[in-house]
Amino acid sequence: MTAPSTRPARRPGFAPLLALAALALAFAWHVSVGAKTIPLPVVAEALLSYDASVFEHVVIVDLRLPRALLAAMVGAALAVSGALMQGVTRNPLADPGILGLLIGASFAVVLFVGVFDLATPALIPLIAALGAVAAAAAVWGIASAAPGGAMPLTLVLSGAAITAFLGALVTIANLLDEQSFEQLRVWMTGSLAGAQGGVIPWTLPWFGVGLVVAFAIARQTTALAMGEETAVGLGMNVGRVKALALFAVVALTAAAVAIAGPMGFVGLVVPHAVRLLAGQDYRRIVPWSAIAGAGYLLVVDVAARMVLAPVEISTGLVTALLGAPIFVWLVRARL
Amino acid sequence: MTGYNNSDAPEESAASRLRVAGVAVGYGDAPIVRDVSLDVPDGALTVLVGPNGSGKSTFMKAMARVLPVSAGEIRLDGRPLRSTPTREVAKQLALLPQGPIAPEGLRVRELVAQGRYPHQSLLRQWSREDAEAVDAAMRAADVIQFADRPVSDLSGGQRQRCWIAMVLAQETGILLLDEPTTFLDLKVQVDLMRLLRRIAREDGRTLVVVLHELNVAAAFADHLVMMKDGRILAEGRVERVFTAATLREVFGLEANVLRDPASGRPVCVPIVGPIETVLPWRAAQ
Repeated sequence: MTAPSTRPARRPGFAPLLALAALALAFAWHVSVGAKTIPLPVVAEALLSYDASVFEHVVIVDLRLPRALLAAMVGAALAVSGALMQGVTRNPLADPGILGLLIGASFAVVLFVGVFDLATPALIPLIAALGAVAAAAAVWGIASAAPGGAMPLTLVLSGAAITAFLGALVTIANLLDEQSFEQLRVWMTGSLAGAQGGVIPWTLPWFGVGLVVAFAIARQTTALAMGEETAVGLGMNVGRVKALALFAVVALTAAAVAIAGPMGFVGLVVPHAVRLLAGQDYRRIVPWSAIAGAGYLLVVDVAARMVLAPVEISTGLVTALLGAPIFVWLVRARL
Repeated sequence: MTGYNNSDAPEESAASRLRVAGVAVGYGDAPIVRDVSLDVPDGALTVLVGPNGSGKSTFMKAMARVLPVSAGEIRLDGRPLRSTPTREVAKQLALLPQGPIAPEGLRVRELVAQGRYPHQSLLRQWSREDAEAVDAAMRAADVIQFADRPVSDLSGGQRQRCWIAMVLAQETGILLLDEPTTFLDLKVQVDLMRLLRRIAREDGRTLVVVLHELNVAAAFADHLVMMKDGRILAEGRVERVFTAATLREVFGLEANVLRDPASGRPVCVPIVGPIETVLPWRAAQ
């Protein structure tokens, strides 16, 4: 009955290997699918022994590989960011999209790039981060002013208001000047097709630092998810952990938005699915969310390209289509 | 089951690791707690009671450094609490907050394992010692049979025992518990208090417990502290403090204080008075 315990959680020995294998498979599938399907063996060949004279190899390495890498990075970033938000705020509905961070970041980029013409690639992640922080602060401020304060429900409502408002502004900007905003369409729905090459390298430090901080505060997040007073009693510097969590969430969200625009519901769907299998310890939830988020967005992006082929749907529309029913289920089960 | 009397309670003595001197909590002209001093007796079960809004929970939060003090000082082992690193404090003093809620699906063992938080760091990960402390705590709180079940599946009393196991796993000499028995059936309250008394007696740990139920407080406290309007109005051994006069002064309660023949402990029975022949709300008509 009471076998001596070694760890607070049972360790599924094969699970990480299986998950990484599944991720590799999703990645390879993503690369093989496109205007012309390239068989998996050729994909493996292109990656392992690249030959510039083979047309398929060039397509894979120059076009498809970057997009697959971006999908994996954006998916991992949004999922980890959602997991941290849910843990630190004890709000199961927390997500960079629902609480307004995605639209805030997108709006800031549209404003600076489209209106002020400040298209310096190095600045775009920073602008996105400032927009995310500003929108998050606005959402929190509105919710705090509501009767009952910043509760899950008031936060979701004020997040919806800010998202509708800023989303409308982005759309208006787009309609006013379709010519110059053509390249900014990615900021309306979220897409992996419109990523501008110049921005990508500048997002890498944001991804990197955000992920490192998120992994570093995973243990603290588990304790914080049991309530602030409990966390203080356990000897945690709550203010510092919350500041680090906010930093990680904003960095990851900004990097994801700078590449792909507002990709809704990834941060909500993935961590909740992960918890069903990995339990409640953020030392497992955070890394699993990174892996599952990467795989999820790879598969979704394949679907976005395949379902109405040759027409491609914005990936952000597909994440929204899949995420909305899960959001409804969460509201019914947990709010 | 043998009856007990007060002779097994530790004698009141000067020994105190947790000392509160002239503390105020909250700001402005009307702080929630003002000029409160208390030397928490070591190895004893101290119970804090007072009417709603008397500041007893606020006072406990200050002792647990959840709230800052605006005047006075709290010392732990002679060191000012506010200048001691919070992790060092957490190795000596544990807090069970009021109405804690575990994340949905968290298993009992995972909850109790959180108590090891102050003993771990990036360099010092989960160890055999941690696992043993968690098992010992679950055994002491009698929840080891639920170890692999989600906390949310358990009854209110079982859940509260899991949280007590979590603070036990912290292996501190001092435990602060804010209303651990509120909203529980009387029988469950008594079981929990027996558990807490055993922790104080057998392990020699110091417990401070905020309670709502006066008779439960009178039955279990080694040291009783009564608060009203942010001040301590009475403090000391139960039989000295728990009197009709102090109940009237602190709670505005008219009650007879009797003595339980088995334990020798005082019991209060509110004075109900005769039945009015004309019901008060009818009299106005």
